[in-house]
Amino acid sequence: MTETAQPARPLQRLDHVVIRFAGDSGDGMQLTGDRFTSASALFGNDLATLPDFPAEIRAPAGTVHGVSAFQVHISDHDIHTPGDAANVLVAMNPAALRSELHLVEPGGTILVNVDTFDERNLKKAGYSSNPLEDGTLAGYTVYEVPMTSMTVEAVADLGVKPRDADRSKNFFALGLLSWMYSRPLEPTRRWVEARFGRNEKVLAANQAALQAGWNFGETAELFEHRFEVAPATLEPGTYTSVTGNTALAWGLVAASQLADMPLFLGSYPITPASDILHELSKHKRFGVRTFQAEDEIAGIGAALGAAYGGHLGVTTTSGPGLSLKAETLGLAVSLELPLLVVDIQRGGPSTGLPTKTEAADLLQALYGRHGEAPLPVVAAYSPSHCFFAAIEAARIALKYRTPVILLSDGYLANGAEPWRLPDVADLPDIRTTFATEPNHLAEDGTAEFWPYKRDPDTLARDWAIPGTPGLMHRIGGIEKQDGRGDISYEPANHERMVHLRAAKIAGIADDIPPVTVDGDDDADLLVLGWGSTWGSISAAVERVRARGRRIARAHLVHLSPFPANLGEVLGRYRKVLVPEMNLGQLTRLVRAEFLVDAEVVSKVQGVPFTAGELERRFLAALDELEA
Amino acid sequence: MSDAPTTTRKDWASDQEVRWCPGCGDYSILAAVQLLLPELGVRPENTVFLSGIGCAARFPYYMNTYGLHSIHGRAPAIATGLAMARPDLDVWVVTGDGDGLSIGGNHLIHALRRNVNITILLFNNQIYGLTKGQFSPTSEIGKVTKSTPFGSLDAPFNPLSVAIGAEATFVARTHDMDRKHMMETFRRAHEHRGAAFVEVYQNCNVFNDGAFGAITAKDKRSEMLIDLRHGEPIRFGPEGERGVVLDAQGHARVVDVADVGADALLVHDEQRAEPSLAFALSRLSRGPFEPTPIGVFRAVERPEYGASVSAQLAAAQDQHGPGDLAELLRSGATWEV
Repeated sequence: MTETAQPARPLQRLDHVVIRFAGDSGDGMQLTGDRFTSASALFGNDLATLPDFPAEIRAPAGTVHGVSAFQVHISDHDIHTPGDAANVLVAMNPAALRSELHLVEPGGTILVNVDTFDERNLKKAGYSSNPLEDGTLAGYTVYEVPMTSMTVEAVADLGVKPRDADRSKNFFALGLLSWMYSRPLEPTRRWVEARFGRNEKVLAANQAALQAGWNFGETAELFEHRFEVAPATLEPGTYTSVTGNTALAWGLVAASQLADMPLFLGSYPITPASDILHELSKHKRFGVRTFQAEDEIAGIGAALGAAYGGHLGVTTTSGPGLSLKAETLGLAVSLELPLLVVDIQRGGPSTGLPTKTEAADLLQALYGRHGEAPLPVVAAYSPSHCFFAAIEAARIALKYRTPVILLSDGYLANGAEPWRLPDVADLPDIRTTFATEPNHLAEDGTAEFWPYKRDPDTLARDWAIPGTPGLMHRIGGIEKQDGRGDISYEPANHERMVHLRAAKIAGIADDIPPVTVDGDDDADLLVLGWGSTWGSISAAVERVRARGRRIARAHLVHLSPFPANLGEVLGRYRKVLVPEMNLGQLTRLVRAEFLVDAEVVSKVQGVPFTAGELERRFLAALDELEA
Repeated sequence: MSDAPTTTRKDWASDQEVRWCPGCGDYSILAAVQLLLPELGVRPENTVFLSGIGCAARFPYYMNTYGLHSIHGRAPAIATGLAMARPDLDVWVVTGDGDGLSIGGNHLIHALRRNVNITILLFNNQIYGLTKGQFSPTSEIGKVTKSTPFGSLDAPFNPLSVAIGAEATFVARTHDMDRKHMMETFRRAHEHRGAAFVEVYQNCNVFNDGAFGAITAKDKRSEMLIDLRHGEPIRFGPEGERGVVLDAQGHARVVDVADVGADALLVHDEQRAEPSLAFALSRLSRGPFEPTPIGVFRAVERPEYGASVSAQLAAAQDQHGPGDLAELLRSGATWEV
């Protein structure tokens, strides 16, 4: 460094970088991360994100409990995870540094808002001495940036009160990071204008703070170089950045269009599913009816009522809500009506970790009902796949007249990735038909409608909706006589109906794609996954193969029924590992179903697997096999 | 619907054998509904009866309409979805005191406050019948039942007070011994746009026989039933010698007309927007052992929920045109590769 600052620093190219923004819940870290992500997406990077925030809206300021973080991984090549360890941590206060430091790679870069490192905040964070001075950060590259005071100064002329000025400091951080990583400011400026346009002072303050952050990077002599992460070479097309919940909501709108049936969402707010309700509430132009019910039970009840009336009925929830809906799901199984139940899984049991991810509702989805009540279960594997999974779940529900559970999780729900938009014309036709004529001739020649007369191929029952003349009929939760649908307590009939309902669901296996295997044909080790572990497994498998080791992987979208070839595929390998964010639910299922030696790789820490963790487990398993 | 082909009672009765206990009050309610519907000019295919669990909940099986016998307490929630999705249908909910006020109490009050266009008939027999005789949320304190051999300790709900408390827009009471009164009350309930709530005193001759006999027996009615008529002073008794006044505290009280003079009597106003009057009338009788009002307590206009939902959709489509999926997918920031 020389005495005279260079207006432009040398540019260092990186193939990827993982940045973690952390601060108080009120510091706007989710927004900052989200904007950085958006600018990176528009710049053409591949990316993956992991929002990580507490359940409390505003836990006591300055405490470790209140720390909210957002990790983003940007890359010039195809990536699958939000990154293992952060290369860069932006810590807006001591608490953020304390709670997040262990997530930074050794020798990583740390930017702190040094203004907050006073005695009071250090104490609140549980530090007895200042980590900036006591050697805690030895080995890291630390930049002490007075973000608060620089922001206050930047907005001083705008007539903004100091307290309000303080609230713009996240934009200062965003401006600085944008400079450091050569992100264009323009998209952020436009966004700030659209978001705060109505409040002139706040708009001006945020814009000023953003620019001040950029200028600070440019003029302060702290930084030796800027970095650049070049655009990734992705498949040509139009891209957008989506979170899983947005993609899922759009998938439901798409399903409604593709089925030519109005969409009805009955839902009760629950983290991390509520954003689907929020998103769908906007889309009235698509004829979407959203109903915020009095409770989870009413949410699914209303959805079932709408489905009975011929709408595409959907309810959205998370684990505890799914438990409450169990009885109504039993009714839907008995009524044989199409219904979608979306479960955005979170850490459980009970309230558990409401804002953290887990995938421990698989067995609840499959078996969490009274009686023999089989139903199809579909699981999304990436944020953008939530769109297609919603359409697939709707297709099965409508074709087979059955409730379907669609599983996603907190990680997919809030995580974002670039998505190459599909051509709407390529999406499947999932229309179904309602009965309009009698379907049975009684012995005396009278034409009748039998609500439980089935299609011989799919075993789906004939479905007449209210308003159809001449086909009036009664259905309910009491066991029905096969075909005719009247109440029947006859023992043999009940057994026949139990078997028919099971056979109908089992038969769907012939109507879903076979499971495909990626990787080495002659591998001994198969990694079987489901749900959001897809990204981490993909990255880990790539690393293992890059080391020249042989490994194969398969990922399940359909958990009930399983693809028809799954047993055959599993039987080909000496060893099957199943990474799961639970204690081994799929593992248990495949062991029971196929008598294979499947072993779980379990993680239940409220955060996804890192690629590194899985890589180590896969390598260890390979070593064992080769020993 | 006056141009719809006329129907008869036969068109509304299903081919199912009615399986209530012989002598059950439900039979007369079923008859009243089946006799009324042909008079309303409505069609069986556009009519849906929904129910939960309990003796009353078997009602849909006996109607030749669309019918859904669901699960305990949830019928108002299911009906809410159906009525929102299909405003073209006549949606009836048949429930009981246990189904509607115990396990399903939450759904009932929310359907009422939202003013969903459904007609709710709550058969109140003050007992659990289908589970063979436990006390219900409308059973009187001290009730000796299988689950309360030492007498029930639970203070009962007054179904009308609950409905009025939830600001239901239509609240009425009738009883199973008077077909004409039932038909008239159900007719009014059906005409009402929004949620209509009708409590039907219904005798369970097996587990709670005669619960309402002190007021509904033919020879008791004139002195024990107070027939509410909109715009008329509230009087009853064989010679109209008794009446109802509102006292200084706003409580409704039964008086002898001779004591207060006819001009002092309360004039019934079912259309009063503020629910206090209807509530006061619902509190007049502490139970079916003293003079009890029947008829329409409250019938006010408020926007119907499903229609409001549909109006929001229509307004969005009028303003911006129907939704376009490809456009939706491009509604965020996009970039080309």
